[in-house]
Amino acid sequence: MSQKILLSGNEAIALGAFEAGLRVASAYPGTPSTEILENISTYEGIYAEWSPNEKVAYEVALGASFAGARALVSMKHVGLNIAADPLFTSAYTGVRGGLVVITADDPEMHSSQNEQDNRNYAFAAKVPMFEPSDPSEAKEFVKLAFQLSEEFDTPVLVRTTTRVSHVKGLVNKGEIVTSKIKPGIEKIPEKFVMLPANARLRRKELDKRFVRLREFADSFEHNKTEYNDKKIGFITSGISYLYVKEAFPDASVLKLGMVYPFPEKIIKEFAKNVEEIFVVEELDPFIENYVKALGIRCKGKELIPAAGELNPSIVRASITGEKSTALFEPVKIPNRPPNLCPGCPHRGIFHVLSKLNVFIAGDIGCYTLAALKPLSAMDSCICMGASIGNALGMEKALGKDALGKIVAVLGDSTFIHSGITGLIDVVYNKGFTTVLILDNRTTAMTGHQPNPASGQTVKGDISTMLDIEALCRAIGVKNVYTVNPNDIEETYKIVKQEIERPEPSVIITKAPCVLLPEMKKRKDKSLYIIIPEKCTGCRSCLKIGCPAIEWVPITEEDAKKLGFKEKQKGYSIINAALCDGCGQCVTLCKFKAIALSGDKSGKR
Amino acid sequence: MEKGNIIFCGVGGQGILLASEITSFALMKAGFDIKKSEVHGMAQRGGSVVAHMRFGDKVYSPLIEPGTVDIALAFEMLESLRYLPYLNKNSRVIVNTQKILPSSVSTGIETYPENILEELNKKGLTVFPVDAFEIAESAGEIRAVNMALVGALSVFLPVEEKLFHDVISEHMPEKIRKVNTDAFIKGRSIIKKLQEVNNKS
Repeated sequence: MSQKILLSGNEAIALGAFEAGLRVASAYPGTPSTEILENISTYEGIYAEWSPNEKVAYEVALGASFAGARALVSMKHVGLNIAADPLFTSAYTGVRGGLVVITADDPEMHSSQNEQDNRNYAFAAKVPMFEPSDPSEAKEFVKLAFQLSEEFDTPVLVRTTTRVSHVKGLVNKGEIVTSKIKPGIEKIPEKFVMLPANARLRRKELDKRFVRLREFADSFEHNKTEYNDKKIGFITSGISYLYVKEAFPDASVLKLGMVYPFPEKIIKEFAKNVEEIFVVEELDPFIENYVKALGIRCKGKELIPAAGELNPSIVRASITGEKSTALFEPVKIPNRPPNLCPGCPHRGIFHVLSKLNVFIAGDIGCYTLAALKPLSAMDSCICMGASIGNALGMEKALGKDALGKIVAVLGDSTFIHSGITGLIDVVYNKGFTTVLILDNRTTAMTGHQPNPASGQTVKGDISTMLDIEALCRAIGVKNVYTVNPNDIEETYKIVKQEIERPEPSVIITKAPCVLLPEMKKRKDKSLYIIIPEKCTGCRSCLKIGCPAIEWVPITEEDAKKLGFKEKQKGYSIINAALCDGCGQCVTLCKFKAIALSGDKSGKR
Repeated sequence: MEKGNIIFCGVGGQGILLASEITSFALMKAGFDIKKSEVHGMAQRGGSVVAHMRFGDKVYSPLIEPGTVDIALAFEMLESLRYLPYLNKNSRVIVNTQKILPSSVSTGIETYPENILEELNKKGLTVFPVDAFEIAESAGEIRAVNMALVGALSVFLPVEEKLFHDVISEHMPEKIRKVNTDAFIKGRSIIKKLQEVNNKS
């Protein structure tokens, strides 16, 4: 009897890969894809790694496939932009062991900087793509993807969205079905060496494969038609299928389990049998354009929003024009945006930078939250590793006028991901950009995955720790400093000095993330308090945006009663449950009202 | 109740995802199909967190439609107001009376709304206030707030109490099992008491 378990889409993908006899898995963390590799790493007998970036991850998985092993590489949607280079060429080489590529898209941008629709990559790279709609299908489709990959000699893309990756649903545990290919070195240069002469021949292979894939799509059991009321027919895929079933339980539906290549015969057949066709899909009109290209009349994006996630109410309202059934209007309440944690070593740096009045070229990580109020200390943020190049470009555009006015800021993991090449450019092209590497020893934003600077692997094994300072010197940066970011005065001094230097410099601000287990458990944590009689209500301490510092408003009467100045509008307190003891706030208070708990003298 | 829509909402770090997980496992053991949707990522950093849970014979969409929530389990008072458009007049709202200040309030830019429970009552909703922090504290572990609330929620679910105890035993390390079970039982009994009071009045 099959055993039912409750899994997220990402956990189900890991299980599906395990049941398919996966041997090698690689990834760079990125929401909503992160838990795929985290779960794979818990299975015995599978090599799993966090790679420095998605391109390397892809190349590792492809290498494993060339050696005849089943391999999987996973990433968030924007990660595939980084890995696009090997993706396109691997469509030419094909595979030996099955190669499955997971792209976890993020409609609605829950935690992303854009909402690109990666189904377009399947089309552009000429690679087949599966799209599961729930965890149960995610497991099944990954298993099928490995089979398809070996049968058709191609990498196979599996696209999830946040609403599949992070949804939990019931999944059946299944049999383990491994590859028939025997791992080992095989030299097949005409297949693996993409010199133009070989690549031209492989291009022909690719085209032949594509014809076979088209035929397969028409016979694929997960491209399935469900006939009910034939007045309305929906063509849909992925999570949108579930929204259609919820909103229109009695309609006919063609659900594409494989969104590329398209099953032409099935679509034509469906069109013949239903009166009116609606294509329901999130983001781009990917399926819709193809249906229209077949000469079939259908409605899609003129009714269904192209931006953001769908849900059953949006689908229903878009088609029928019916308004939402909501009974209560939303009430206006304070927002609760994410924030840097109490004790976060990044907070002090952004306070320093905001005082220096410089353009802060930022990057992707926890520290991107410094863009929010009250720090408001980030002026650009494009993609992983872009900060250094952005800063250099601004500097080159402005020449000497830029000196002392621009800094690049990025984290340790981001620097390793794709910041290193930017720094090389600064040195090589004689820039004077100051780069701050916020080294908190982990990839914090996605949930504390180790990286080459953390000194351990995904399995927790000890590994060689990358020496970022030595690396920067090797790149050719002469001015490299490591500072403790909790020491705001010292950090300010060094940053001020370096931004005015007409040479490249790197300042590594090194302090562990406060959420790392060893930091949470530390015993020598001393907490801070605000001495009420010294607090003047100047609000300087609030500017750093620490969640542990709270403002208590008071009336004039209260002020008198409590012994404050007559016009004092309130005072600050430190929430002992939240204070992490970083001490960054101490230097902000001119009146020495912040002190170590138990030391009311204000001395430190 | 053969099917239902439950919303879990609160602040990152309150154990909302674990609470929704324990509830899902219990519903699974009781034989229901389940879909549960949560958003990770930025929300971990003290932001507003919400999980949608749906159960029944067969569940399609993992998202709850506005106006169709049967039970809202709010881990923080202010957060109970945030998802009002998802509720209807028959919804039950279990509210942890704990306050966690959003940064805009702690920095004095905005004020924390007063009379939240009255506000909910005025809308005709059935409100069950629970001091889950106090329950957790008396059970000996302030982090057991989430199990106190699961206990409160369990009263309204078509799941035998024993199944919840089984799930807690299976999913929690031995060290913290007892305090969590105690918090669960206290949370459950508080709702039962409130129900009695409601029935009498």
